[in-house]
Amino acid sequence: MRLAAGGGWRQDSYVDGPIRAMAVATIFWGIVGFLIGVVVASQLAFPLLNLDLEWTTFGRLRPLHTSAVIFAFGGNALLCTSLYVVQRTCRARLFGGEEMGWFLFAGYQFFIVMAAVGYLLGVTQGKEYAEPEWYVDLWLVVVWVSYLVAFGGTILRRAEPHIYVANWFFLAFIITVALLHIGNNVALPLTIGHAKSYGVASGVQDAMIQWWYGHNAVGFFLTAGFLGIMYYFIPKQAERPVYSYRLSIVHFWSLIFLYIWAGPHHLHYTALPDWAQTLGMVFSIMLWMPSWGGMINGLMTLSGAWDKLRTDPGLRFSVAAVGFYAMATFEGPVMSVKAVNALSHYTDWTIGHVHSGALGWNGFITFGALYWLVPRLWGKTELWSKKLADWHFWIATLGIVLYITAMWVSGIMQGLMWRSYDAMGFLQYSFVETVAAMHPYYVIRMLGGVLYLSGALLMAYNLWRTVRTAPAALPASQPVAAE
Amino acid sequence: MDLLTAYPVLKAAWVVWFFLLFGFILVWVLRPGRRHAYQAMADIPLQDAPPARPKRSL
Repeated sequence: MRLAAGGGWRQDSYVDGPIRAMAVATIFWGIVGFLIGVVVASQLAFPLLNLDLEWTTFGRLRPLHTSAVIFAFGGNALLCTSLYVVQRTCRARLFGGEEMGWFLFAGYQFFIVMAAVGYLLGVTQGKEYAEPEWYVDLWLVVVWVSYLVAFGGTILRRAEPHIYVANWFFLAFIITVALLHIGNNVALPLTIGHAKSYGVASGVQDAMIQWWYGHNAVGFFLTAGFLGIMYYFIPKQAERPVYSYRLSIVHFWSLIFLYIWAGPHHLHYTALPDWAQTLGMVFSIMLWMPSWGGMINGLMTLSGAWDKLRTDPGLRFSVAAVGFYAMATFEGPVMSVKAVNALSHYTDWTIGHVHSGALGWNGFITFGALYWLVPRLWGKTELWSKKLADWHFWIATLGIVLYITAMWVSGIMQGLMWRSYDAMGFLQYSFVETVAAMHPYYVIRMLGGVLYLSGALLMAYNLWRTVRTAPAALPASQPVAAE
Repeated sequence: MDLLTAYPVLKAAWVVWFFLLFGFILVWVLRPGRRHAYQAMADIPLQDAPPARPKRSL
């Protein structure tokens, strides 16, 4: 590392141009995804907001929201951080150089736009989190295999003898997502010029393949990949090595061994054989161990550096993210227990659970990484405004709390109302009564989303000012990185 | 033994094999006397060394 003119951080000889573009795309798609989330949450509270247009109905905007936040925001965050981390920890330039980096950036954005246009026009496979049709799926395979080649190639040409644990998590994420994506999208189009396709599997086999994919998209895209971010950026922010390197390896292998079997818990009380449902439940409960082991490892990395939480808003985001990871990974196995699932499944409790993970864990760990990374990628000494980042943290945290508490109350109430019956054995409530009862909680959820979006807008402004501020304009007393 | 009769045995063997493999990984990772080696591995992100010169340009 050497100092840029004006005292900023700058590392030459690494491929950073495309990584800067991916950081911008992460922020851009994050705001788009959160905004669409607020729109669909508003539609659930006030259905007239679907505008009576087919393109803006909840059914079409909902996958636009989920794909925008998971694949566009989360995917760009993972591309950005993994390519940054693999080069630094391997002390090797990206395999394929600038050209490879720009191809991955452009190719992935093209995938996002193609998928999004399809959703709005009603082109979908109807598989949750795997909505894009066959032609978009094929393009993603090309981009993803290139990503694997770039990442794996960089590891192979490393100057550092050991492969740092963050890269293990990133590599597991890349390989498994390729496997899941191809496995769940084996389909034949009507004709080569037609957007519509039919999957090879059908019935409960199709459902099982879909949830093998769906749950492992959570396990390997939203968990393993983001754990890669945790294992690099928390030590960097805390300026301390990870608490236990041994534990990080055990964390990795136990997660890999267990996660892939947990998918059937999405199909409790369905036509799926009972033994498969129980298998999914048992493996989900076993996942408590790696999840909490990893959480302890992330938090304990701050031993002796807890004071940094007061002064470093980026680190505060990362540590709060680990807290939300702990909470969401405790709640998930509880909900996979069949008796609990009988109440929680198909209710808003699931939506609250997913968002405590997505907003709290994935969102916050990404914000933490961006607050650390953006000044360094643009050769600046520090953030334009720590105060604004503080505001972001508290506004977003309040937004999450409103969101998940509203969904807990709404979801459990909904489940209890559905299963209530009177002395004659008739259902006590009609479906529309449950919908009316949920209205206040839907409004609270919408407000939570507005707060989370507002925080992200503050971050975008703060990071934009950070990039635009000339290093010379910053106070001369700022600490600079050592050689 | 045809495939149908071998199936339960193979299924059980697969579970046992996974247990053994995972157990071996645990023993390997947790074996004593590796403190310094693990410390060096954990320090990798904290060393901001410049990239090594590639063997060939790409």
